[in-house]
Amino acid sequence: MNVALLIGLLLAAGLVAWGSERFHKSLPNWVALVSFLVATLWILLVWLNGPSEGGIYADQSYEWIPRFGISLTLRVDGLSLMLIGLTTLLGAVAVVSSWTETQTRQGFFQFNILWVMAGVVGVFSAFDLFLFFFFWEVMLIPMYFLIAIWGHEDKAYASMKFFLFTQISGLLMLVAIVALVWVHYDAHGVITFDYDTLLETELDSSVARLLMLGFFIAFITKLPSVPVHTWLPDAHTQAPTAGSVILAGILLKTGAYGLIRFVITLFPDASQEFWAYGMGLGVISILYGGYMAYSQSDFKRLVAYSSIAHMGFVLVGVYSFNELGIQGAIVTMIAHGFSTAALFMMAGALQERLHTREMSKMGGLWVRAPRMGAVTMFFVIASVGMPGLGNFIGEFLVLLGAFQKNVLLTVLAALGIVVAAVYGLSLMQRSFQGTPNPDVPEMRDFAFREMSVMVVLMVGLVWVGIYPQHVLGMTDAILPLLGVVP
Amino acid sequence: MNTQTTLLVSLPYLVLAGGLLFVMLGICIRRTHFVAWSLTMITLLATLASHLIGYEVMGEGVGVTMLFHIDGVSYLFNSLFVLAAICTAVIAYQYVDEKLRFREEFYLLLLAATFGSLMLPAATHFISLLLGLEIVSISLYAMVAYPERIRGPLEAGLKYMILSVASTASILFGMGLIYAASGSMEFAQLTPVSGSAEGDVFYLIGHVFFWSGIAFKLSLVPFHIWTPDVYQGAPSIVTGFIATVSKGGAFVVVMRYVMESDVFSSEAITQAIFLIAAVSMIVGNLLALQQRNLKRLLAYSSIAHMGYLIIALFLVATQPSIGFETAIVYLAGYFVMTLAAFGVITVISQGSDSELDSIDDIQGLLWRRPIPAATLVVSALSLAGIPLTMGFIAKFYLFAAGIEGEMWTLVGLLVLGSAIGIFYYLRIIFAMTAKPEGELDSVEQGSWTGISAVAVLGVATLALGIYPTPLVDLVQNLVRVSGF
Repeated sequence: MNVALLIGLLLAAGLVAWGSERFHKSLPNWVALVSFLVATLWILLVWLNGPSEGGIYADQSYEWIPRFGISLTLRVDGLSLMLIGLTTLLGAVAVVSSWTETQTRQGFFQFNILWVMAGVVGVFSAFDLFLFFFFWEVMLIPMYFLIAIWGHEDKAYASMKFFLFTQISGLLMLVAIVALVWVHYDAHGVITFDYDTLLETELDSSVARLLMLGFFIAFITKLPSVPVHTWLPDAHTQAPTAGSVILAGILLKTGAYGLIRFVITLFPDASQEFWAYGMGLGVISILYGGYMAYSQSDFKRLVAYSSIAHMGFVLVGVYSFNELGIQGAIVTMIAHGFSTAALFMMAGALQERLHTREMSKMGGLWVRAPRMGAVTMFFVIASVGMPGLGNFIGEFLVLLGAFQKNVLLTVLAALGIVVAAVYGLSLMQRSFQGTPNPDVPEMRDFAFREMSVMVVLMVGLVWVGIYPQHVLGMTDAILPLLGVVP
Repeated sequence: MNTQTTLLVSLPYLVLAGGLLFVMLGICIRRTHFVAWSLTMITLLATLASHLIGYEVMGEGVGVTMLFHIDGVSYLFNSLFVLAAICTAVIAYQYVDEKLRFREEFYLLLLAATFGSLMLPAATHFISLLLGLEIVSISLYAMVAYPERIRGPLEAGLKYMILSVASTASILFGMGLIYAASGSMEFAQLTPVSGSAEGDVFYLIGHVFFWSGIAFKLSLVPFHIWTPDVYQGAPSIVTGFIATVSKGGAFVVVMRYVMESDVFSSEAITQAIFLIAAVSMIVGNLLALQQRNLKRLLAYSSIAHMGYLIIALFLVATQPSIGFETAIVYLAGYFVMTLAAFGVITVISQGSDSELDSIDDIQGLLWRRPIPAATLVVSALSLAGIPLTMGFIAKFYLFAAGIEGEMWTLVGLLVLGSAIGIFYYLRIIFAMTAKPEGELDSVEQGSWTGISAVAVLGVATLALGIYPTPLVDLVQNLVRVSGF
């Protein structure tokens, strides 16, 4: 597989979409949709073909800035391939979900979506730390534009906050990266940002701890975990639907991916020592996110806070340092991508129809739009952790793994599932059930366009839920690198 | 060293000085704006080209009298200054044509200032340092105040002149004291005569005055007060020139001074400069937050940027090759993005009576004037140090330099400063993305020269950010050849 070509395809499609605006208003949508579908099909074919030796699907390397030993090293293993597939699929979902929402500057809108996704694919496949940081930041700018230009009423504040949090934590990571490279340079006399070479750097435990923190902060900001989560509810609420879908479905996963790919492998000992903080933050995020979700009256904000809770499970899983925990974290990442994308799409659809996100102005919507009601019900139940759907597998594995590490924290995390049921069902009750609100205008139910997307996401969740072996099998290549005991 | 080599190596200076006289004569014969402009452009391009001829024979570097040492690095800075002058001339054409009464002499001043700036990278002596700085400054007084019928530029010119002269006096006094202590004016022989307590005191006090003057030229805190007023008052295109060539020149000469004179072996001086750098990074960024005028905002941001650059200066003392490399790359990036920003203000102000330099003036600019606005977006992102732009590569170099020199405090402040910086740079971008009221047609108006020049600068910022290898290799190569 040629990842560089895939990234190039998305970047080029972005330019084409921008330019096609002048010919027809909805042409950019088609360009974006077709390119995401092509990319998804491509990933699917690569997956069906199977990996080459060592579980690697693609491996490319070109010189970039030889002065600093920086190269364009792109490699795709099982974990990366799965996340890239999720990225392109949710790209298509994002495009469809905002098909009629944005009325202005369609071309530039789709351009930004395609470029965010190109950046994300880069993040998931970069095996050079400089390149990784480069893509990490590249996905930030188009996302900023998506929120700042097409966002809702409070977009200035939300976009600024989003950018600041990511950027500052990113700078810490940059310092940590450069410091790591210099430690390596002092020991071996070679400047290089190559991941494989840096893996072999011997670090003092105090230095390792500091550098690990630089990476850790950047990744948990993106994840996000308490206490650096505050950008997320604002950014999600203000972003246009496609923006929220991308943020929740994909961008949060880059944080989790970074933890697994870089923090644990580059600083194994320092991370092991750090497990209590990692798991502790995860548990706090689960409980706090759940509590805050329950107290929201804004549909979208509720879903946003629920994301914090779900990402808490990922953190707990990663820091339990065993096969079950990490596999659980990865399954949660995928399942959360499907379920939250759908819920944000629902929030967007409701806002488009009712011009509000306040649940007090909804109520009894099931009667008016039964298809929307049923779909919401499905995804709420999935997100609550119903057996048979993907989220259950993920969270269950995480709890199993965590139990081996620490019983108390596991019990507290398990409480989060109860909290999830509370806010999930309250969301359902306040918006779709109860007495129909007489102020609600006539609303259009989901049509073929929306239903087709929802069905794809449902199939995804059921697939992960009933036969998680596909997802679990993809993690085989990475597990030995993490030094976990199977 | 034989005369022929010396002459060939000095060719850029001779060409520029000759061209200057040529333009002057041309103006005497017949006043035509376009001809004067064309002669200026030809002079600048010929100067740029003559560097190639000189480089052939230069080798590791040539001492020209005791005042100058011309080498690959000084050529690199020269090229940077000449390129900046070319950009300035191209963008200025429309402005000069539209707004000024006496058009032709503007270019004379531009050439003179450029000539002065070329002396600075090669200066190895107090005399050449002063000569270069003053030729640049004196030309700039006139350029700042050139639109003589408008109050703003006139006021700015006067302010700049009085304060600048004071700072020159301070530098001169400092030089005198240092001379008294060391008995020499050559950078390489400035260590105080050992054993005399009096000499040491003179040396220290001399440096206090010297660095105060230099800090003024670089607009470092607490000698920065003039910067926002002059930036705002001067015509944007002149501001761009001050921000790049004038400051870059002052910085370069200080770098050579630090490298050859071993001044940072004195703990007290190091501490003082460290403090100035730290305060500049913070104060510059904090004050920039308050601004609603783009030029004032860029003025404060330039204070912070000069503070960042001091990291390279510290490294010059210990590892000249990396220090110079960092400074050249950083300045190259800073030149491109700063010229782009001021160029955009010049271009969008065409046809209006006053300059459109407030945040309110650029509301929705992205939809009204896409090309200049996109350039300003790129420039702002670059100044903020976001990847894909040259500004990121420049900042990356500083990170690497700071970590190499183990200057953890300054690196920490660099991170903090960059974080604050994002606020106000994003505000510029956000203002430009604001939705216009009603449907405005996005047709570019104004002269194509200005628009295409800023577009080129914007593209260059992106191109160097995505693939900096040619620049990096060139710089590294020349630094190595020059034997640092």
